[in-house]
Amino acid sequence: MLRYFLGRLLTFVPTFLGVTLISFAFIRVLPGDPIIVMAGERGLTEERYQELSRQFGFDQPLLVQFWDYFTGVLQGDLGQSYVTKKPVFDEFFTLFPATLELSLCAIVLAMLLGLPAGVVAAVYRGKFFDRALMSTALVGYSMPIFWWALLLIIVFSGNLGWTPVSGRIDLLYYFDDVTGFMLIDSLLSGQSGAFLSAVRHLILPTIVLATIPLAVIARQTRSAMLEVLSEDYIRTARAKGLSPSRINGLHALRNAMIPVITVIGLSVGTLLAGAILTETIFSWPGIGKWMVDSIFRRDYPVVQGGLLMIALMVMIVNLTVDLLYSLINPKIRHR
Amino acid sequence: MTDTTHPQLKDQAAPKPPGRLAEFWSYFRENRGAVMGLYVFGAFVFVALFANVLAPYDASDQFRDYTLLPPVWAEGGSWSFPLGSDPLGRDMLSRLLFGARYSFFVGILVVVIAATGGILIGLIAGFAPRWLDTIIMRLMDIVLSFPSLLLALVLVAILGPSLINAMIAIAIVLQPHYVRLTRASVINELTKEYVISARVAGAKLPRLMFITVLPNCLAPIIVQAALSFSTAILDTAALGFLGMGAQPPTPEWGTMLAESREFILRAWWVVTFPGLAILLTVLAINLMGDGLRDALDPKMKRS
Repeated sequence: MLRYFLGRLLTFVPTFLGVTLISFAFIRVLPGDPIIVMAGERGLTEERYQELSRQFGFDQPLLVQFWDYFTGVLQGDLGQSYVTKKPVFDEFFTLFPATLELSLCAIVLAMLLGLPAGVVAAVYRGKFFDRALMSTALVGYSMPIFWWALLLIIVFSGNLGWTPVSGRIDLLYYFDDVTGFMLIDSLLSGQSGAFLSAVRHLILPTIVLATIPLAVIARQTRSAMLEVLSEDYIRTARAKGLSPSRINGLHALRNAMIPVITVIGLSVGTLLAGAILTETIFSWPGIGKWMVDSIFRRDYPVVQGGLLMIALMVMIVNLTVDLLYSLINPKIRHR
Repeated sequence: MTDTTHPQLKDQAAPKPPGRLAEFWSYFRENRGAVMGLYVFGAFVFVALFANVLAPYDASDQFRDYTLLPPVWAEGGSWSFPLGSDPLGRDMLSRLLFGARYSFFVGILVVVIAATGGILIGLIAGFAPRWLDTIIMRLMDIVLSFPSLLLALVLVAILGPSLINAMIAIAIVLQPHYVRLTRASVINELTKEYVISARVAGAKLPRLMFITVLPNCLAPIIVQAALSFSTAILDTAALGFLGMGAQPPTPEWGTMLAESREFILRAWWVVTFPGLAILLTVLAINLMGDGLRDALDPKMKRS
């Protein structure tokens, strides 16, 4: 057990090093001279150029530069944004709650709808319900979510006028960040209507971001349930005369949950990729929009640092899922 | 995902095992969704190949007197622009038909690049000594740590936004999946007797890799190819939508959506149709992919 844990933890180190190396390498090959962009000065003289290059450490050998970057990363120093001149690390954590709030809402919605859908489909295998649910899931799975977002905007914001099109809350309301979660902060502020406004801003982005995970969870739950339902202990439970709802709900679902939880854990990458599109469309001030904006502004340290942080997050979640999985399922750790 | 009705029973009843292709088709045909997907995909390929014949106008023809014309069934629509026209007075139908070309081209090329590279690396990893295998797989882990769309986005930012670069980026991002899949099935095959006997018979490494082992690893790879065809189309459209893929005035579906974003509340048709085209194509391919998996993957056959 301990050996598996340590072994899995050890694989984290070279991957982390590699991810750092890749995000470091990107700034070297991006088009445009970083020194000129960074200085933001017109008509640089040769001397000034050399001076800046020394100041930013570009005159050092690449290996030294990487080492400086790497040790910086280990201390939480990802450099400064060219545009805002603020540390990338701080910017990341200022914006991260917005993405986290949206992602959590999306994953909760996906689970609330996806798990029951998968169970129902498995129980009514081959029947109308199953076909209807799985066809819907396949449509969701194939959905270009940026188009889906536009359609929802046309219907709910344009035609019906129910939901706002962008941002996290109406400009009327202002309160300090406490947790960074708009839903909680708006409640804490005590301003009437603030919470409702936050909810209304959340609805469409949540639906859009939840679409693909929802489809994946429904499909995965169905196939996991089908597998479990054919096991001997289910037949025993049936023979004992337990009620179908008890069998499906208690015995089958619990065991079917193991692979499903893994899928949910591993969909963090998908969520973050989806957040890029969702946040851009709804002007949601989170990590995804920040990355896209920075790419267009050629704000290299942000692109570099953001890429690294996001990859790191995906890695940590994957590691946690793997370790949890080995705790739940003894078959893995004894291999 | 549609289930099949006890295919084994049929096989037992048959006196002679049918040919491989016939067997495949008999499994595939049982999945009605997959067959439907195949038809739609066929239509898509047909449109892509003959867009220049089918389209009433050229994709870039601008009719300045007819901007933002609604589709024919809506009020004010006309048969000369069956699906309406866009803000520059270009025929939506023609642009959509030509758009199929780009998506088809993207899908084929991305899958070919990603699969060729991935299969080669996967084969090498499967046959290689342990240290090389570990290095290759760690490298793939690193690539997989980045959310695919984000990595593609940054790669395109480096290479410069264009359709070709978007395709290269997406191929790079999809590659690790092929590597993992190929390696896993190679390692599985290597333990089997036929490989050992080929070895004993003195087959050289290249022969062992490509002629003995590879054909037996193809089933899951083919399924993956179908699925990554749809991913390629989706991601290219997403990059186009973000302004990092095909550039206007290319009638690529994602790029068309990006161009029409500001008109969404005034002219629903300029937004609806390109997205619908993406959805239908991707859906058809995914339906086919599910059917392929049921028909090819022996593990799934039993369930």
